[in-house]
Amino acid sequence: MTMDNQQAHLLKSDFPILNTAYKGRKVVYLDSGATSQKPQVVIDAINQYYRLENANIHRGIYRLSETATRIWSEAHEVVARLIGAKAEEVIFTRNTTEALNLLSYTLLPLLQGRTEIVAGAMEHHANLVPWQQMAKRHGLTLKIIPMLADFTLDMTAAQQLIGSKTAIVAIGHVSNALGTIHDVHKLFAWAKALGALTVLDAAQSAPHLNLDVGKIGADFAALSAHKMLGPTGLGFLYGRRDLLEQMQPWQFGGDMIAEVSYDDAKWNELPMKFEAGTPHIAGAAGIVAAIGYLKSVGLEAIGAWEKELLKYAIAELGDVPGIKLYSAGEQRSAGILSFTLATVHPHDLASLLSDDEICVRAGHHCAMPLMGRLGVSATARASFYLYNTFEDVDMLKVGLIKAVELFG
Amino acid sequence: MDDVLSRQMYQENILEHYKKPQNFGHLAKPTHLYHSHNPLCGDDLTIEIAVVDGKVSDVRFSGVGCAISVASASMLTDEIKGKSVEAVMQMTKDDVLELLQIPIGPVRLKCALLSLETVQKAVGGGE
Repeated sequence: MTMDNQQAHLLKSDFPILNTAYKGRKVVYLDSGATSQKPQVVIDAINQYYRLENANIHRGIYRLSETATRIWSEAHEVVARLIGAKAEEVIFTRNTTEALNLLSYTLLPLLQGRTEIVAGAMEHHANLVPWQQMAKRHGLTLKIIPMLADFTLDMTAAQQLIGSKTAIVAIGHVSNALGTIHDVHKLFAWAKALGALTVLDAAQSAPHLNLDVGKIGADFAALSAHKMLGPTGLGFLYGRRDLLEQMQPWQFGGDMIAEVSYDDAKWNELPMKFEAGTPHIAGAAGIVAAIGYLKSVGLEAIGAWEKELLKYAIAELGDVPGIKLYSAGEQRSAGILSFTLATVHPHDLASLLSDDEICVRAGHHCAMPLMGRLGVSATARASFYLYNTFEDVDMLKVGLIKAVELFG
Repeated sequence: MDDVLSRQMYQENILEHYKKPQNFGHLAKPTHLYHSHNPLCGDDLTIEIAVVDGKVSDVRFSGVGCAISVASASMLTDEIKGKSVEAVMQMTKDDVLELLQIPIGPVRLKCALLSLETVQKAVGGGE
């Protein structure tokens, strides 16, 4: 199955927000890297949950609670199948950030005295600061794989950095700031050959490609529902069962316990051991619908279409006066394009584009060290998803030229 | 502010100040200096001030920023020259907006006010 511009237009019609005009203009949404829009089926699923199915999960011995519990566990199975895992290996969190923080607070006993954590130069703050702070807390060292001039990771340096002292290799699969797809398969193979744990930040990849945690060699993976057509407030942590069993919970309360006395407690089985408190049950209903929608289009087709859009954008935007693209090219990137204009600051550009209801992100993209490495304080970023069309890119180009002309 | 188009912010005088900012650079001997960072957009602003007899005798700014923050720093640094430290400390958001003379929505207000915050931190922070 492949996607083309016509199908992208058809899919766009499934997303109410993209078909709602504001002052006569429809939104040109080029910020899916921040969060995706939601199709009607997802909105309906959440709506139906609150209208007809709402109750708390577990231990409610009545029909509604049984329904809610079924929705909750079905969602674990659906997410697990999406990434090639088992349901008990998928912990539901608030978001990718919380999933990675969970790891940074629970992995210490599994490090076998190793003292180094390795991450990439392009990490989102969510896959950098938790490790940096874990390193500070426990006297570990965080090592960064440098970036090459072509916006890819320096794999030669990476091979040297990953060694017998390496405890964890934590890599963002796709750079949220630049779109580069990293060769995590190779990085994780090196890590595992030396006995290190591997952590995949899949926030920017899971919505856009077929992810198989086993094939990729990820011991852990973190992703967010809201970047893959689902609701905000729900994320996922995959962990290899044998590893999760050795880890201690980091949040305590209801649902995560098996038995409690005033003096002690025993933990529930996986994944509940890591899911304390009432979770985002409506979100579970939403993500099941979202994954169903993504699968009906096909993740491979979606990823290929985004590469088409990226290729088109690189060609079309390349001749805007004063533009500089920060891209490894469509072969090695997902549908994200970061750029600057010589005369217009990204923030001013985003304001001006907003006049035409064109949504791009401007700033450091939660990757401040990377911006420093690029020698800029900020870039503008367009990011694509299945509902974007060639016309969206054309509108962006018109907007860029208007901004350049205004600034003279 | 909902009905205001962003392009109305980019009046000729704003763009003029952005392209050719006043007081851009460094002082040989500043008595007060403060460095600010706007985490929203990555903007970076350093204000250097020479205070003589309780008055701003000279001022420079440096850094990178959007048109709104640079224009605001350019105009504000002109405005405070010759003012007493007390008068500078009493300046408010409205004084800056009066200088800029453009409609600014809530999202961009931070850009417009970064220079005043930095100036006040510089002179308010002691010698």
